[in-house]
Amino acid sequence: MNFNATLIGQIFAFAIFVWFCMKFVWPLLLGMLEDRERRIADGLAAGERGEQKLKEAEQYLLDLVHEGKEKASEIITQAHKRGDEIIDEAKESARIEGKRILEATRGEIEQEKEVARQDLRQQVAELALIGAEQILMREVDRKVHNEVLNKISADL
Amino acid sequence: MSTEGMTATSYIQHHLQNLVYGKLPSGYERGDGTILEQGTWTFAHTPKEAVDMGFMAINVDSMAWAIVLGVAFSFFFYRAAKKATTGVPDKWLNFLEMVVEIVDKNVKESFHAKSNLIAPLALTIFCWVFLMNLMDLIPVDILPKLAQLVGASVFDADPHHVYFKVVPTTDPNITFGISLTVFALIIYYSIKSKGIVGFIGELTLQPFGKWLIPFNFLLEGVSLLAKPVSLALRLFGNLYAGELIFILIAMLGYWQLPAHFIWAVFHILIIILQAFIFMMLTIIYLSLAVEHH
Repeated sequence: MNFNATLIGQIFAFAIFVWFCMKFVWPLLLGMLEDRERRIADGLAAGERGEQKLKEAEQYLLDLVHEGKEKASEIITQAHKRGDEIIDEAKESARIEGKRILEATRGEIEQEKEVARQDLRQQVAELALIGAEQILMREVDRKVHNEVLNKISADL
Repeated sequence: MSTEGMTATSYIQHHLQNLVYGKLPSGYERGDGTILEQGTWTFAHTPKEAVDMGFMAINVDSMAWAIVLGVAFSFFFYRAAKKATTGVPDKWLNFLEMVVEIVDKNVKESFHAKSNLIAPLALTIFCWVFLMNLMDLIPVDILPKLAQLVGASVFDADPHHVYFKVVPTTDPNITFGISLTVFALIIYYSIKSKGIVGFIGELTLQPFGKWLIPFNFLLEGVSLLAKPVSLALRLFGNLYAGELIFILIAMLGYWQLPAHFIWAVFHILIIILQAFIFMMLTIIYLSLAVEHH
């Protein structure tokens, strides 16, 4: 244990190193560490926010899909309904058309019938005339009896 | 053990002697019998000469190593502080930041007043003392041998006169240099936070009230003075003993190899622990100085 001026030298050296550390090392390092701490905290917070947003977006997506499905099924239902309606309408119009065609056909038949009747009448009048001619055995003057013949054929 | 022709005692003594530069008075008879005609500044050639130089002498080896290691500490941390960004730190910066954070945490836990000095003080003490202790792990003969070589070839000195102690903390001058500075800070902070009257009152009026002032003063004075003394002696004692054991192990022949390894492994713990204890006690003493009882 031999004390000498080294003691004084050491005190000075110590003071200088502490001063240097206090002036140039500690504030810089600690300030940086605090900044970094803040930055990390901010980063973590941002990450959490991002996660939250992702969850919200996923929820939104699910809602959207759900809504879409609902709309689609609604549209399908409507389409089914509309299809049924169209079929019904078609049936109705077909029925009406058929009826119309039937009516028209009936009219035509009536007409034909009328024509045939006229024709038949004509022929019957002729046949009657021929029959009467043969019964009378003599020539009936068509000109003389035309009036009578027309009357008969009109009556038929 | 390295030098032939040396007894175990002289080997140990040689290892435990600092390289001292100082003034020898005129008419002084040196170790080799020559008598100085006038006062001379020189290196001490024997332990006795070193003692006879008195206070006006300097332990060149421990002072130089202390300064080199202090500069190394300042340099590394300064460079780290310059380079430090809030981005991803590299491994070295990360390590230094870890040290800073440990010190910062301990200071914040123990020292509650606000001070810009305490944390850098604690960091300096921890790192510097650790680095000085770390010198103990360098095999005991390497640096002294190197110093002898340089001394003999460059400065033309007798190798036996070249003493070289590489662990500054085995020099009480170094440990007391730190602890006395801490002691001065204890007194400064006591007076700053309590005033001179408060500080004197604390020294004299407790624990037994004003009727036993001399007794109180004796008690408190001893406990106050014990702080720097115990700080310095604890560090010095631990490192001196550790160094001595390394020196003893170095005399075991080939057995020194495993023995050195084992003791070095234990010693790693001691050098960190002692640096940490010095730092913690400094923080605690200063926080006691600031607090009101």
